[in-house]
Amino acid sequence: MTAEIGHFASILALSMAVAQAVAGMFGAARGIQSWIHVARRAAQAQFILLALAFCCLAHAFVVNDFSVLNVAGHSHSRLPVPYRFAATWGSHEGSLLLWTLILGLWTAAVTWFSRSLPADMLGRALGVLGGISTGFLLFMLLTSNPFLRLVPAPAEGLDLNPLLQDLAMILHPPLLYMGYVGFSVAFALAIAALLGNRLDAAWARWSRPWTTLAWTFLTCGIALGSFWAYYELGWGGWWFWDPVENASFIPWLVGTALIHSLAVTDKRGAFKSWTVLLAIAAFSLSLLGAFLVRSGVLTSVHTFATDPKRGVFLLVFLAIIVGGSLLLYAARAATATPGGSFKAISRESLLLTNNVLFTVAAASVLLGTLYPLFVDALSDAKLSVGPPYFNAVFVAIMAPAMFLLGVGPVARWKQASLPDLAVRLRWAFAVSACVSLAVPMALGGWRPLVSLGLLLAVWIVTTATVSLWETMTTGGRHRLLSAVKSRSLGYYGMHLAHVGAAVSIVGITLVTGYQSERDLRMDVGDDVNLGGYAFTFRGVTDVTGPNYLAARANIDVSSGGRLLGTLHPEKRLYGASANTMTESAIDMGPLRHLYVSLGEPLDGASWRVQIQHKPFVGWIWAGALLMAVGGGLAVFDRRYVRSTRQQPSTTQESSGRPASAGLPGAHP
Amino acid sequence: MLIMTGLCAVATAVGLALSAFNESLRFYFSPSQVVAGEAPSSRGFRVGGLVEDGSLRRGPDGLTAHFTITDTVHSIPVAYAGLLPDLFKEGRGCVAEGTLGPDGVFRADLVLAKHDENYMPIEAAQSIERAQRSSSGADTDVPDR
Repeated sequence: MTAEIGHFASILALSMAVAQAVAGMFGAARGIQSWIHVARRAAQAQFILLALAFCCLAHAFVVNDFSVLNVAGHSHSRLPVPYRFAATWGSHEGSLLLWTLILGLWTAAVTWFSRSLPADMLGRALGVLGGISTGFLLFMLLTSNPFLRLVPAPAEGLDLNPLLQDLAMILHPPLLYMGYVGFSVAFALAIAALLGNRLDAAWARWSRPWTTLAWTFLTCGIALGSFWAYYELGWGGWWFWDPVENASFIPWLVGTALIHSLAVTDKRGAFKSWTVLLAIAAFSLSLLGAFLVRSGVLTSVHTFATDPKRGVFLLVFLAIIVGGSLLLYAARAATATPGGSFKAISRESLLLTNNVLFTVAAASVLLGTLYPLFVDALSDAKLSVGPPYFNAVFVAIMAPAMFLLGVGPVARWKQASLPDLAVRLRWAFAVSACVSLAVPMALGGWRPLVSLGLLLAVWIVTTATVSLWETMTTGGRHRLLSAVKSRSLGYYGMHLAHVGAAVSIVGITLVTGYQSERDLRMDVGDDVNLGGYAFTFRGVTDVTGPNYLAARANIDVSSGGRLLGTLHPEKRLYGASANTMTESAIDMGPLRHLYVSLGEPLDGASWRVQIQHKPFVGWIWAGALLMAVGGGLAVFDRRYVRSTRQQPSTTQESSGRPASAGLPGAHP
Repeated sequence: MLIMTGLCAVATAVGLALSAFNESLRFYFSPSQVVAGEAPSSRGFRVGGLVEDGSLRRGPDGLTAHFTITDTVHSIPVAYAGLLPDLFKEGRGCVAEGTLGPDGVFRADLVLAKHDENYMPIEAAQSIERAQRSSSGADTDVPDR
């Protein structure tokens, strides 16, 4: 029964999405407040219905209702309960339901936190979001219904892919989708601003917290996915330039450009059309990512079984959204009023340069991802673009961007002077140069790319220190506390995120430059030295897990004759799907990871063992976490909170309604 | 000035892209094409198909894996020194990337296998389809898709 309720709820949600789209758009166009209010309520009802539908599907998974096709295909009665819950989004159909649920959540959040938004902006934004939601719900109900029954019901399910049976499966997809889908709010506000001729600083200020929040989720999602691949896939790589990784990384790059461009539009009124274009691009690229992953045109660990109908539907949907918004952009962007002027050396120009660099980086990654598809379509030749391309292009584009990242926050708006910047940053540069030369020597050999990476990372940290120091010393040191308080949360969030980028760069640079690995055959009692640690193989014991059998190795790790601990890499055989899985064991220290994975059994009691010493690899994800925390701080900057409280417009007061009524002049 | 900077960045990126692109392109060939001598001997490429049943054995060092990849019409021997992926199995689809040695053995430096039992790499499925079509002259259903 629950599956039918879920199915029915998602059909009702579709009708709510249509109502929201129509009422929002027409209400805003005709200036009818009550229609906009209908759109608000429809959005909230849609969210509740989607949550109900989602709970129904999750319930079917948790109670092992194998009469539901989706459950039978992706779950198993021996699967532990948390993974059964996560299996809800372990299939194409379920992940689509999660996508629509999260879109519903963002839309509902817009209706809850939209008091500062003029009624017509809200109406149009809800209209756009309703349109997107309609498209996705139609796609789900017509081509990928997660609630289909299977008669007769099988006694047992086919099991969730063992690769996905991991705690990260519970968090990674929702975080990633919160990011992807979150850009729809920035997109909807941009379209609303274009339609209503409201491309101004206020529009940028409304968009900023939404965009930053989406970016924060996307950062967390990508970092968690990378960490998951690192420990799960068993050979210690942390980024593969896999098409699906790229599909999430491209919107991240464009989103990063967008939050910086929005800052300029908010503070200085400049870059309006560029910002709109980035907002359209960020969401369009998220949709393109969904198309690439869900249509099955790409071969990747993420793609589910393929169905051409789905690809065509998504492609048409993508064409409507991208084509429509670009047409609108072409027609309306020219009407944007010119913003504040600025000189060639100024914070604006530095931000613009970095915006261009990030966009070019995104375009290069996109080129490498799509090129094999074009070639396949045009010439029937199959090829793949390898990591060397991505690495070369990405490093070359990001190096100048990271250098300018250090200069931007200390440069003045409108006009900065190079001599002044040089004087203020001379110590930062001296320290960066010394560290970048000294540290590689100390770590075992100078390498140009290691030096470059360290130079950029230390440069980012030292220039941020200069900025903070100048903040603290303005007005004398006895007024330190008030000086610190005078800066906004957004300011500290920015520096934290930038330092996070530096931390990630240190991790990437040092692990790439100095990692070492041994791949060898080990008998019981054999030992091997790597990176100053001794690894002793103590044999393998058999272990029975909830839904798998495993061979678990005991490998003692010691340093300088002192035992540090025992690592237990496993080779698992999952019964239901007859798949083997390598579970690596990692000793995670702040300065290095020791990564051990078990290969195949060889003759006698010997096994193939792969041991890796990975210096500073953890810093990659620690840096991403700092970036996310920085983004989170910026979201709660009091500028946005204050503008929400102060701006309730005059219509509200004149209509005599209490502020809590929400939308100005809305009918309850 | 700003536009110039932007154009320079784009030009640099395009230049880099083209040079790096050429080196990291890996064309895909089926075992039949490799046997027919269509694959390059000087640069790396990818080959895909099914891992032939009973072909997997270990080299004298116990670490190097030897197996053959087949498109059901022709097959080529492959040597791989790394850890085989979890889902690598005889009778299943796989894609190997590497270079063809003068002895006709394909030396792989990367082996990919796919995670779903009902799913094989598109390249592998297509090479089987193509080989069967050309050998029998008729369309044949691709197994396992």
